[in-house]
Amino acid sequence: MKHSCMLSIGPASFRIGSPWRAPIDALRELYAAYPPVKSGIADYTVRLEPAGTGRRWFRPSIAIAGDHMLADAAPMALRHGLLAAEMGMNLQMALGWRRHLLIHASSAEKDGQALIMTGESGSGKSTLAAMLGECGWRFMGDEFALIDLVTGSIHSFPRLVSLKNAAIDVMRGIVKAPARFGPLMEATPKGDIAHLVPPADAILHMRDPAEPALLLFPRFGFASELRGVSKGEAFVRLTQASTNYVALGEAGFHALHHFVDTVPAMALDYANGEEALAAIDQLWEVRS
Amino acid sequence: MVDGQTLYYRDSADAVVEHDLDGLRLVFHRPSGITHIIASPLPEIWSLLDEQGCSAEALWRQLSDHYDLEGDSTGLVQHLDALATLGLARLQR
Repeated sequence: MKHSCMLSIGPASFRIGSPWRAPIDALRELYAAYPPVKSGIADYTVRLEPAGTGRRWFRPSIAIAGDHMLADAAPMALRHGLLAAEMGMNLQMALGWRRHLLIHASSAEKDGQALIMTGESGSGKSTLAAMLGECGWRFMGDEFALIDLVTGSIHSFPRLVSLKNAAIDVMRGIVKAPARFGPLMEATPKGDIAHLVPPADAILHMRDPAEPALLLFPRFGFASELRGVSKGEAFVRLTQASTNYVALGEAGFHALHHFVDTVPAMALDYANGEEALAAIDQLWEVRS
Repeated sequence: MVDGQTLYYRDSADAVVEHDLDGLRLVFHRPSGITHIIASPLPEIWSLLDEQGCSAEALWRQLSDHYDLEGDSTGLVQHLDALATLGLARLQR
């Protein structure tokens, strides 16, 4: 690949390559505060390739390739190159990572303990984690929470926060540093997207694990309601939210039932972010 | 109706890892790598199976020693067939 960069995010490292300069330059700029890849050998390679003959120049279009790939994935416009890189990295983690139990969840840390939030797309888990990261919590990630297979600790994967649609303006109202925002990518397959560089402490401490203290299933757009979640329901929902539970076999089984046994779980419906943050603060004060 | 001809077996104890969770039984089945979640009365029935095999009638008698059961073993056979469908029990007719 003509242009490439190496990225270190939490315990994982990536080499991103592309014949186009623009997406690599954008990654370099937004990931400038992240530590270098020490070994020079990345865990995964992601290639942002032309989607077909001539598509490097004519209606440039990106096919996401790499160590792990999805057959028949729809190509993306070059102007959405940052999103393509992010999707490529997520794909490598989701399909290839075996060092931890991966949960599709956001997480944030306070006092050495972690709040894990999981839910379907649109539940607000990314936005809530980003908001917490700006008000006294350490942002640990908005895509994957990594459960240590031996200790049960939560490891951080604080890549750029992927803000979608209304969440972009919400975070612009909170984060008064325009340089932390990536370009607005309109009309992507996931809607309007803008990336946000996590706070400096999230990057500085990205290799510090935290003990899981609360599992939350947030759901945005509903009247405020809080209910307990049984361990059985939590176990089933987390197997569905994990991208590598089946692949990890018995190690994943032990890690997950230990997590569910020891971490209280709640479901939170909320109508706006302030309401959710207030509920989280209350839950955090009374946690076990 | 009691079926005394069919024998029901389970794999050796080290073929599975079990964990109780809020009244549910989690079963990780090592040969298949599948996690099963079973609820009462399946764990109680399953725990009586062994590698030697047992008829539904004999199982019904064992269960009756521990639980106040009514009727016959028709329902028990359905539960045993459910365990067989999951791969947690084998049967020999």
